Amino acid sequence: MTDRRKIELTVNGVRHVREIETRLTLGDFLRHELGLTGTHLGCEHGVCGACTVHLNGEAVRSCILFAVQADGCEITTVEGLAQPDGTLHPLQQAFRDHHGLQCGFCTPGMQMTIAAFLAENRHPTEREVREAISGNLCRCTGYQGIVAAALDAAQRLRGT
Amino acid sequence: MGARNVGAIVKRLEDPRLVTGRGRYTDDIVLPGMLELAFVRSSEAHALVKSINVSAAKAVPGVIAVWTLAELGAIAQKPMVQAYPSPAIKQDITQYPLAKDEVCYVGEAIAVVIAANRYIAEDAAQLVSVDYESLPVVIDAREAVKAGAALAHRGAPNNIAATVAWKFGDAGAAFARAPHVFRETYYQHRGVAHSMEGRGVIAQFEGAMDQLTLWSSTQAPFLVRRYLAQYLEREEARIRVIAPDVGGGFGPKAGHYAEELVAALVAMKLGRAVKWIEDRREHFLTTTQQRDQWWEVEVACEAGGKVLALRAKCIHDNGAYLPYGLLLPMTVIVPFPGAYAIPAVEVTLDCVFTNAVPNTPIRGAGRPNAAFILERTMDTVARNLKLDQAEVRRTNFVRKDQFPYETGARMPTGVTIQYDSGDYAGCLDMVMKTSGYAAFETKRAQAAKAGRWIGLGIASYNEDTGLPPYEGATVKVLPSGRISVELGSCSQGQGLETIAAQIAADQFDVDPQDVIVKTGDTAISAMALATVGSRVAATAGPSVHLAATQVREKAIRLAAQQLEVAEQDLEITRGAVHIQGVPGRRLMLGDLAKRLVSGVMVPLPKGFTPGLEATAYHTSERPVYANGTNIAEVEVDIETGAVTLLNYWVAHDCGTMINPMLVEGQIVGGVVHGIGNALFEHMKYDRESGQPLTTNFAEYLLPLATEMPPIHVEHMETPSPVNPLGVKGAGEGGTIPGIACIVSAVENALKPLGVKVNEYPISPERLLELIDEQRGAARA
Amino acid sequence: MKPAPFQYHDPRSVKEAVALLAQHENTKLLAGGQSLGPMLNFRFVMPDHLIDLNRISELAYIRAGTDTLDIGAMTRQRALERAAEIKRVCPIMAEALAWVGHIATRNRGTIGGSLAHLDPAAELPGICALYDATLTVAGPKGTRRVAMADWGVSFMTPNLEPNEVLTDITLKLWREPHGHAFVEFARRHGDFAIAGVGCLVALDRTGKARRVALSLIGVSSAPVRLAAAEKLLVGTDLSDNAIQAASAEVAKLEALADTQVGAAYRKRVAGVLLGRAIKQAAGRAAQGTKR
Repeated sequence: MTDRRKIELTVNGVRHVREIETRLTLGDFLRHELGLTGTHLGCEHGVCGACTVHLNGEAVRSCILFAVQADGCEITTVEGLAQPDGTLHPLQQAFRDHHGLQCGFCTPGMQMTIAAFLAENRHPTEREVREAISGNLCRCTGYQGIVAAALDAAQRLRGT
Repeated sequence: MGARNVGAIVKRLEDPRLVTGRGRYTDDIVLPGMLELAFVRSSEAHALVKSINVSAAKAVPGVIAVWTLAELGAIAQKPMVQAYPSPAIKQDITQYPLAKDEVCYVGEAIAVVIAANRYIAEDAAQLVSVDYESLPVVIDAREAVKAGAALAHRGAPNNIAATVAWKFGDAGAAFARAPHVFRETYYQHRGVAHSMEGRGVIAQFEGAMDQLTLWSSTQAPFLVRRYLAQYLEREEARIRVIAPDVGGGFGPKAGHYAEELVAALVAMKLGRAVKWIEDRREHFLTTTQQRDQWWEVEVACEAGGKVLALRAKCIHDNGAYLPYGLLLPMTVIVPFPGAYAIPAVEVTLDCVFTNAVPNTPIRGAGRPNAAFILERTMDTVARNLKLDQAEVRRTNFVRKDQFPYETGARMPTGVTIQYDSGDYAGCLDMVMKTSGYAAFETKRAQAAKAGRWIGLGIASYNEDTGLPPYEGATVKVLPSGRISVELGSCSQGQGLETIAAQIAADQFDVDPQDVIVKTGDTAISAMALATVGSRVAATAGPSVHLAATQVREKAIRLAAQQLEVAEQDLEITRGAVHIQGVPGRRLMLGDLAKRLVSGVMVPLPKGFTPGLEATAYHTSERPVYANGTNIAEVEVDIETGAVTLLNYWVAHDCGTMINPMLVEGQIVGGVVHGIGNALFEHMKYDRESGQPLTTNFAEYLLPLATEMPPIHVEHMETPSPVNPLGVKGAGEGGTIPGIACIVSAVENALKPLGVKVNEYPISPERLLELIDEQRGAARA
Repeated sequence: MKPAPFQYHDPRSVKEAVALLAQHENTKLLAGGQSLGPMLNFRFVMPDHLIDLNRISELAYIRAGTDTLDIGAMTRQRALERAAEIKRVCPIMAEALAWVGHIATRNRGTIGGSLAHLDPAAELPGICALYDATLTVAGPKGTRRVAMADWGVSFMTPNLEPNEVLTDITLKLWREPHGHAFVEFARRHGDFAIAGVGCLVALDRTGKARRVALSLIGVSSAPVRLAAAEKLLVGTDLSDNAIQAASAEVAKLEALADTQVGAAYRKRVAGVLLGRAIKQAAGRAAQGTKR
């Protein structure tokens, strides 16, 4: 007999009501229940950060959260970064401009981590950016393009 | 038509979907009625499987079936195909798709659970009970190679898969007459690939059409198709393999795995689509790695540092099976003499079976291993003869005027090793300048006054890139006028779509962003082999160029006929062919394409074959050689052994750069991979039990953003005369010298103590041990 | 790597949580989930009942008094890191938190979870040891208080019964002017500490140490107050000789070894960090008294 719960949550501004197994992780819920496959699972033990989403505005690792824990919460995923008309978030544009991605697998989690960080720290130093993304693994880029993208995005978001 | 896009920084075609989370990786693909697989895996490093009890597992609600080798069918009662057969292989042992009776490494697949979803599949897998009879375990290749060692395979004569050798020149004579001979031993360990996306496969079988389709997170769909066809005794035409978006490869995804084969067999037997997604624990246990090597090296040289000969012996841990033939060992020995004009070389390598997961190439394959030996040897010569590290390299480099340079070595196929082009000393000069090499000793002295131990390390390399013989391309003008490029090659992040678009766009004066590029699908006509060994830009790239050029020429020829002008009076501007100086008279490419599609009872233009399209193969016999020199600045905390990376400079030459931004990304990413190997990554196994000890990301350390130095990259472009674009590969150029460069820098920081660092990875604890040993020896 | 099935409970009060623990067998309490989550996904633990504490709002609070700092067990590490009160009365905690994992893990991780999990390298237990914290535990028979010195029973095993919940943490603040330092050595940013030292130092008017507290993480199975070293330092001018004598006390400890790091090396690094922490704390204490 599987343990199931009904949950209601908002994801990228859209309200969802679902009945799910309580052991279903938030990451799997987003990917397979809602079909939002932008959030990726790289390790399922809370280290690589590829699964990072925002829960009530804070960056969290969705692979070690259960969907039931998000009942009543607001989730933002990478699919919620761009405008509804498709205009890229300045961070996404900066990633493109600075070659901040290669295979793209770590990218959604990386962007969500940086987006939350920039919301709190509008004038980051390079060191602060590197510390902010120290919980996100990238095997392709060596991080240099990502850091450049983050610093450029900070500038754009400040409007300078 | 001048090159406008080739050589330019063009934003990637891949990015719009990837930055918005709309990439399509294997686990993102959902098929109707799809089931999920989980594997029951060996918990022992070496054992006989006496019995497998699946009854409790089968009873779990949501489980469709639990199968062992017997249930996979008659066709599966044999070991997997040898991907790279060779007469040099003494014991050609490959894995069964599921264990037959003997398991030879922890993680080897024993049974497969087919269930409604992965959660249930894992519940059931846990309930499968396996009865093992333990067999002797051998993990250390130095033990495995000895007579009377525990056998990695029961009943085998010994643990030697093969012994390979690479020889040219007369090393014996050189050693006999050399004024100086130095000997060192080294330990090397590469670790695990850890692409952020693990492996994964979806298999679907349509019985009525007798069509098997696989989506696989692979670097080599055409090779996977070939091996499946061989194993399943099916026509290749009845198998389609697609590489969707792949989240990193780095080598191991170029192999063919039991899980791909089992998924295909299950799909065919059940008539349902099945998916298997590797989790990170499985990546640690079952995706192939590159592990231990022990080396004995001796170098003969003159007083001025000119190396006369190099002899080396290597014991190479191959792991339990040989899925990739001797490809990896060959990439270890064939690079010698590297960037140096060493007249005589003798390298032998024992490729040894152990009870751990098999070893196959990881970024750089054996080249970083060879580069490490060559570079540490140059430092050894410098240290012993009290010469400058950079000058010893310069003394030994192949000179600019010596190209094309025959090393004296010859491949087993008979092809000689010839370096096509390069300016090795030029790169060295470049990086010495940007790093401030000349002023370093002053900097070191000042730091020493403040109690700081800083060092500068240097490593040079060359690399056989663009490995022959081909990667094909098809270029088409679509009825809409847009250009399409189809490649059998596939990408794992390198930006193949983008460079293909750039190359094609240049022939038609269109925006590369408007070019439609498809990759990595065996249903696409142009044949391909694999994305490995920094080969695709230099093989697929020229093929795209050739095909696009042929299409362009056909368009102009047709337009000339239609407009009744000479071909030389025509040019292509913004996707239309028009008469030079007469912009009004033009023909849209799309219309020309439609003309060559024609219609029933509508004749084709006289003298023209259907379709404004072409498939082309740039073929080559030889690799093209990239090169470079790296310099690293580090600081060692003498109390803790911690290494801080201060700066890193690269000067490299990959010939013509199609997209400098992408090249830089490859170099920087490759350097960081090298840093990981040098300082952080160690895949440990218990020597007695064979249990893997580092099986999560807290125990196995990958490089993070916080520890990386600023990496400054400078480019030199010595175009290769071998392909029409002059392109050389860049995918591994950061990793190949990177490890040696970091180790050289750490050793250099401890130069006042005379510490030698002949191994990697080098941890702070190990560094303190070396320092203590040296200080102890100094006191004695 | 998917977790095994469990019955999920999300109580709204401590009372309800305790009742659930009494009612069921094979239970696990879910706090921040940053340590338990991976263990569940790896199936290293397979509880029949998962009791989620995250909806118990009464357990998340920070109350800074003059003598004590009271923190609810479910207070997020990120909240502690950013709280003005913490920076004011216990700045070493804010500094130590910068070493705890990464922002995303601190957004969910809790002080109570860190104490209950009791990883030998965990920073917050080290800070609690430094301040002679008292931990309040609720069980079926009511509440009991445990001194931090009695909290670690053995490797990753705190003084907590399977039917109990850690609810509050009380730190005894230093009222006198003092200097602090937290120094840690890890391979990479956010990694488990190989060793870490927390140090508080108060100086007398002549600049000699009047009061010293030293706690060490990463070396033993639980955080250690280096009482012998503290005693050696009191009354000294915290010179290199004094520090060296204190560092020698570390060598007497029995240290952990794992796949990454050996025992002797851990102690050696701890000795180095001890010196660095004392120097930094003393320097800050001296600066403080100059004002």
